[in-house]
Amino acid sequence: MNFEQWSGFNKGKWQEEINVSDFILNNYKLYEGDDSFLEGPTERTKMLTDRLNTLLRLEREYGGVVDIDTTTVSSLTNYKPGYLDKENEIIVGLQTNRPLKRGVNPFGGIRMARQACEAYGYKLSEKIENEFQYRTTHNDGVFRVYTDEMRKARKSGVITGLPDAYGRGRIIGDYRRVALYGVDKLIEEKEKDKAEKGLLDMDVDNIRLLEELHQQISFLNMLKEMASMYGYDISLPATNAKEAVQWTYFAYLAAIKEQNGAAMSLGRVSTFFDIYIERDFEKGILNEKQAQEIIDDFVMKLRMARHLRTPDYNELFGGDPMWITEAVGGVGTDGKPLVTKNSFRILNTLYNLGSAPEPNLTILWSEKLPEGFKKFCAKVSIDTDSIQYENDDIMRPVYGDDYAIACCVSAMKVGKQMQFFGARCNLPKMLLLALNGGYDTLSGINMGPSMEVYSDEVLDFDKVWQRLDKYMVWLCRLYVNTMNAIHYMHDKYAYEKIQMALHDTDVERLMAFGVAGLSVITDSLSAIKYAKVFVKRDENGYIVDFDTRGEFPKYGNDDDRVDVIAQSILQNVSDELKKTPTYRNAEHTLSVLTITSNVMYGKKTGSTPDGRKKGEPFAPGANPMHNRDENGALASLNSVSKLDYACCRDGISNTFSITPDTLGKSEDNRVSNLVSILDGYFKNGAHHINVNVLNKEKLMDAYENPEKYPNLTIRVSGYAVHFNKLSKEQQREVISRTFHTSI
Amino acid sequence: MVKGKVHSFQSLGTLDGPGLRCVVFMQGCNLRCAYCHNPDTWNMDGGTIFSPEKLFEKIKKFKNYFGKEGGVTVSGGEALLQSDFVKELFVLCKIEGISTCLDTSGSIINDSVKELLRYTDICLLDIKMTNKEDYKKYTKGSFLKTMEFLKLLQERNIRTIIRQVTVKGITDGEENIKKLLEIKKNFSCVEKIEFLPFRKLCSEKYKKLGIPFPMEDIPETTEEKILELNKKLTED
Repeated sequence: MNFEQWSGFNKGKWQEEINVSDFILNNYKLYEGDDSFLEGPTERTKMLTDRLNTLLRLEREYGGVVDIDTTTVSSLTNYKPGYLDKENEIIVGLQTNRPLKRGVNPFGGIRMARQACEAYGYKLSEKIENEFQYRTTHNDGVFRVYTDEMRKARKSGVITGLPDAYGRGRIIGDYRRVALYGVDKLIEEKEKDKAEKGLLDMDVDNIRLLEELHQQISFLNMLKEMASMYGYDISLPATNAKEAVQWTYFAYLAAIKEQNGAAMSLGRVSTFFDIYIERDFEKGILNEKQAQEIIDDFVMKLRMARHLRTPDYNELFGGDPMWITEAVGGVGTDGKPLVTKNSFRILNTLYNLGSAPEPNLTILWSEKLPEGFKKFCAKVSIDTDSIQYENDDIMRPVYGDDYAIACCVSAMKVGKQMQFFGARCNLPKMLLLALNGGYDTLSGINMGPSMEVYSDEVLDFDKVWQRLDKYMVWLCRLYVNTMNAIHYMHDKYAYEKIQMALHDTDVERLMAFGVAGLSVITDSLSAIKYAKVFVKRDENGYIVDFDTRGEFPKYGNDDDRVDVIAQSILQNVSDELKKTPTYRNAEHTLSVLTITSNVMYGKKTGSTPDGRKKGEPFAPGANPMHNRDENGALASLNSVSKLDYACCRDGISNTFSITPDTLGKSEDNRVSNLVSILDGYFKNGAHHINVNVLNKEKLMDAYENPEKYPNLTIRVSGYAVHFNKLSKEQQREVISRTFHTSI
Repeated sequence: MVKGKVHSFQSLGTLDGPGLRCVVFMQGCNLRCAYCHNPDTWNMDGGTIFSPEKLFEKIKKFKNYFGKEGGVTVSGGEALLQSDFVKELFVLCKIEGISTCLDTSGSIINDSVKELLRYTDICLLDIKMTNKEDYKKYTKGSFLKTMEFLKLLQERNIRTIIRQVTVKGITDGEENIKKLLEIKKNFSCVEKIEFLPFRKLCSEKYKKLGIPFPMEDIPETTEEKILELNKKLTED
């Protein structure tokens, strides 16, 4: 194939097949310099930023939601075009007809849509209620097949955050395909695939795929229609940088109009865009200022993306996140960094538009990244607390050089892999269930293998470990089966049509499981092993508390005696999950990531042998428990980096806070020291880190005086939030975390 | 086998020497500086006993973080009181390719100290006072000894950073700066001069130890003052 829009590009395989990766590798221009070329915001950008900030202030004042369209079901073409400032926008397109107005998306579940409207003082219209009366939602489907045990696990909170009432998310369409090939070509290819699949035996799998292809094609057509409502014809490839960004954004916009998935990530677009920008530079039709302006405008659009959520949901995922994750940097499989000037420009939006949580800018860190880029990333971290880092050197061997991050830490090959996302199981709660023979003292629910309550007065490590094993076998199987039910129904009733249209037809699937409370169960087992843990019982003989006497090593101090416990728990969970087959033969993966749900998980868990009391929060993700890492920042990082990515392919999240003074004397020092920390941490094989460089006092002040800090952004667990958008409870938990200081 | 008494260990040190460094604070000190921040390091009786190998193993765990600039810094107390031990530690570091930095007052000179300097890449030399009288008065030590130590550093061409605690009315005057600049001019091994602000966070420590804090009444040195002095360094 050939298009006149491709003139000036280097030839390659990408012209014979849909292959964006090959296009990038053949055409990108490595940039090894520093940040001095960057441009600040133009007058136009400043004006639009002001306008957006006014709207954001209004949104805060209205308790988080400015407006809801309760009469229209969100989809690609159901709203009239919306604008922030029609005359001055460079990149156009909003989810609904007005900025920050939220649409309703009942396909995941009508109940959730209804409750979300009510939470903000709205009422879901009769029209939608009636329409969905005769329609099965994903949520309906799941609850038709949930077993009693699944319901119990869900109710007691031993498995929490299952995507059974809203879109599952964590699927990244290859939105770049629209810019590179135009929609018509994509339709043509899907038609071809459909014809080919039609020649195969009509078994269940094939029939389902054929119906999906039909839906994909119909939504690609709708995507064209959506763009035409904004006055654009995207049937052919983009001709210049502005169009490339616009085409790509339309594709992303279509996805977030259609789906309200928990995480709606963007992928890996920066270096792709750079190729178009460089071509325009060469033609002399674009300058640096204009290039930055396009990216600024694009990011402004991303910052306006919203979904309508219930308060329950916000408790799990605080701060109204969308996880519009953009993976920046990384290195090619040939060892050449994939850094371009546009990798800098997208980070520069944090200066030009002010710091903000979205898009969730994620640096794919490698030892081999150019020094200038490493330093700029560190500077941005120190100045804005808005970006996160993931280890390209351990992901590249698994996912190649065109993967992106869904949500916080989940890697997948763009357009070639998708994920069935699924919550996390509560490990400390599992331990308590094991001690009480399957009885949950908090909810009063009995589940799992039925055993006598642990009868001795002092806990014995080997005996506890044996019990734990039995419950792990039970829980892992239940967990996989629950996920299978959920994703079967999601495919059936809320299939991601536009996103999957932007994937290869024969897509690889991952099923992502998760654990919460890793540091709590690890320290608990360490206490049982190295100290003396006496049990305390209630009047019925159930164990409800512990009296732990003596010292024991704690996770987060680079002490192998305890770190090895964390490692073996993860290995066991991973091995155990793999024993139960998955829906559509997805590959089992595992994450150590909690978002902000570590607060809620803690609430649903009784006292634990590590000394944590009933209801107290867990540490987030793979973090050591707050203030138990007593041997300094690097010892804490070393403990986390021992967790093996090989058994946690869905990511290991660590949030790290350090005071500016501890990081270094001068700005230059702080930048180079942060680079050293990141280089060292990742060289140790660690997977992910959120970096906050701030003083605890600042957060305490923001807790008391939120009005003083409207834009204070911090990294929490795989994403960033406006501190003010967290609940007071979540804020307190963030403040109580370890801030590494030197004395 | 020589053992060392270690007061404390900081894995992420960013203030003592170039780059990111593990800092070992040795127990015991021969001086009694009036502004001392760590009176709990004075007494040789305290501290945790380490073999050089054991301490090295601890440091080695952080090797990946050191980058091009960083490494280990041994401070105190006075590290030279345990020069045999520090030397053993530095030898192990050198074999592993870890940069070694010695933070000292330079107030002890003997064969063991000279041996230690063979394995020292960088020296943070604390020139506490720039005249004999004040040095004696405020530290109970000898200014000439420190200068003699500096000569050793010069002979061995060891990268040296001169440091000094800035105390109002004592080390913040013109005369002092002039002397420091003169020293820097005469010793090519000195690559820069660093001022550290006098702080009183240690006041509590003195109370706990039941030792009077001689500088209780002197105000803390401000960040602005340090910037002002730094400016003066570059002016001349």
